[in-house]
Amino acid sequence: MAKHVDIERRRQAIYGWILLSPAAILLTTFAFYPSLATFWSSIFSRETRRKPSEFVGAQNYTDLFADPTFWKVVTNNLIYAGATIPISIAIALAMALWANSKIPARGFVRTAYFTPTVLPMIAAANLWLFFYTPGLGVLDQIGALFGLPSVNWLGQPETALWAVIIVTIWKEAGFFMIFYLAALQTIPEDLKEAADIEGASRWMYTRRIVLPLLMPTTLFIMVNALINSVKLIDHLFILTKGGPNDASKLILYYIWEMAFAFFDAPHAAAMTILVLFVLGVVAGIKFTILDKRTHYQ
Amino acid sequence: MNHFRKVGLAAISAAALAVPAMAETELTMYYPIAVGGALTEVVDGIVADFEAANPDIKVNAIYSGNYDDTRVRALSALASGEPAQLAVMFSIDAYDLIEQDLVVPFDDIEGVDTDWLNSFYPALMANGKIEGKTWGIPFQRSTIVAYYNKDMFREAGLDPESPPQTWDEMISMGKALTDDDTYGIMIPSTGYPYWMFQALAIQNGKEVMSNDGLTTYFDDPAVVETLEFWKALSTEHGVMPEGTVEWGTLRQAFLEGQTAMMWHSTGNLTAVKNNASFDFGVAELPANERKGSPTGGGNFYVFKDTTPEERAAALKLIEFMTAPEQAATWSIKTGYMGVSPAAYETEALKAYTTEFPPALVARNQLENAVAEFSTFETARVREGLNNAIQAALTGSQSAADALAEAQAAAQRLLRDYQ
Repeated sequence: MAKHVDIERRRQAIYGWILLSPAAILLTTFAFYPSLATFWSSIFSRETRRKPSEFVGAQNYTDLFADPTFWKVVTNNLIYAGATIPISIAIALAMALWANSKIPARGFVRTAYFTPTVLPMIAAANLWLFFYTPGLGVLDQIGALFGLPSVNWLGQPETALWAVIIVTIWKEAGFFMIFYLAALQTIPEDLKEAADIEGASRWMYTRRIVLPLLMPTTLFIMVNALINSVKLIDHLFILTKGGPNDASKLILYYIWEMAFAFFDAPHAAAMTILVLFVLGVVAGIKFTILDKRTHYQ
Repeated sequence: MNHFRKVGLAAISAAALAVPAMAETELTMYYPIAVGGALTEVVDGIVADFEAANPDIKVNAIYSGNYDDTRVRALSALASGEPAQLAVMFSIDAYDLIEQDLVVPFDDIEGVDTDWLNSFYPALMANGKIEGKTWGIPFQRSTIVAYYNKDMFREAGLDPESPPQTWDEMISMGKALTDDDTYGIMIPSTGYPYWMFQALAIQNGKEVMSNDGLTTYFDDPAVVETLEFWKALSTEHGVMPEGTVEWGTLRQAFLEGQTAMMWHSTGNLTAVKNNASFDFGVAELPANERKGSPTGGGNFYVFKDTTPEERAAALKLIEFMTAPEQAATWSIKTGYMGVSPAAYETEALKAYTTEFPPALVARNQLENAVAEFSTFETARVREGLNNAIQAALTGSQSAADALAEAQAAAQRLLRDYQ
């Protein structure tokens, strides 16, 4: 009898492991192992012909903290995230509410708004190069009609980062709108009817019914936008290469530059670990605080 | 039994691999194009000719973006175990490639001909000769030349046959050529700002680095003065737009008549010739203390991780692509210079340069040319200089402060190598 229970338990355990194994294998291959390997290489010095690699502990990290470019890049990335995330979400929500209502040419509006999302990043960046290029660019040509002087949007430190931010918002808002649109269509019609019967204003209905019901979607979009704000690199290759004078350099571009332009893998690894750490903290906050405040249907 | 089976399997698979390998050696070559245009077709054409002449060698020529992209593509291919036997990379990557132990010197390749190594212009070999060995063979090489719009010179009452010879003339002519729609001159300050800056510094009588790649002179008064001059072209004299001038779109701006003069790689020459709707000229860069331009462009490198057969085949390909006839074709189709004096002795290039003398300007300028900026840790030292230039040009720092910072950073980076 006891033996039978034992076998049964073991069978269950094996069954459990089999169910877990696909995810475990994939995560180990593509997440856990690379993270550990990256951490490992971040605590060794760089190997060159005249100096073999040796254990240096936290040296690569302290180097980074002493590097003014690193702080410049971190600041840039905070500005970038701080601008792109709320603005693209707000625009996406506004557009979704609009595209969900009964407007003429609704299909056209939705398509037009979604188009930037379909474009590859590089194509989008090249498109915007034609907007920004001084003299030749669309912005300058329009400005010239009103007698405005030519502005070198990508070529001056004051505007370069903002020019990149605008491209990102243009590209992302349409993508996020799709999620909002889907979420809006799951809100039952009778809630609206009930609100009308109770005499609630349109604003009251939006604020007390629609927005809370959209909260899970908003959270999902916020996480996505956050990830995107850390992983942007393609646009920079085309638009500014991080310049002028590092004014538009973001963290992933700097990591790429460290690893492949400067051949400095250990510092690139150290920076990657720092990014992982920060994202881990943000994920922790999301699970512990925001999740509790979100109302799921 | 098991053991025999293993040996047997190994033998069969070895035979299967060896048969095609004996029939042909396969080479993978990465190469960049830094000036835009349809140059990939030209390279593909030369490679096809080579394969026709050498049926036992197959070449995969992979276009991989600009110089930085190409280095990344080639090195990450190597790192991930994909084959790559040779690449055209930045001539100034040599120090880093040697330091990473990635390339083999040509002197160490079986069957290399010393006469062949000495057949190229010495100025073009300067960046590839390090510690007494030859690491790079010149291929798409350039100097900076000044393109100018002769029609605009005429309209401004200037002699279209006498472009500026000195900095002062450049300013005075630039002022005559500047109006509401047009700037007198544009010198690009993105992409390769250090390159243009090096030209200006040489003209101002000072080089920005020592020849052993160990010392930089960014904070030298003459170098600081050079950067101040560059900035003054826009802020004080108003002959150049403020902020940075984009490397990639400058040729188009010149073709559309937005600037009367542009400094750019000679690699653009044929594209400008084919697309200019106006009469244009090409001039050597003007002088202040002296004349001068750095050389530029890409060299062939052979990677260390190659078999003797692959090295021999790679050497054959490089010899083919840099032979006078091919070099002449390449020069005519692009504007890059012929890499050896013999290239200019070929019928094709002789006929072409007689009919179109601007094609000789870059070559003639070699007389005053110096090696392109290159040090140990070159990418990072260069980035510091690029940033200093852009900081000064965009007005976020004074030239002296920006260059002092770049110099301090360079000294920190180079200390390990001294």
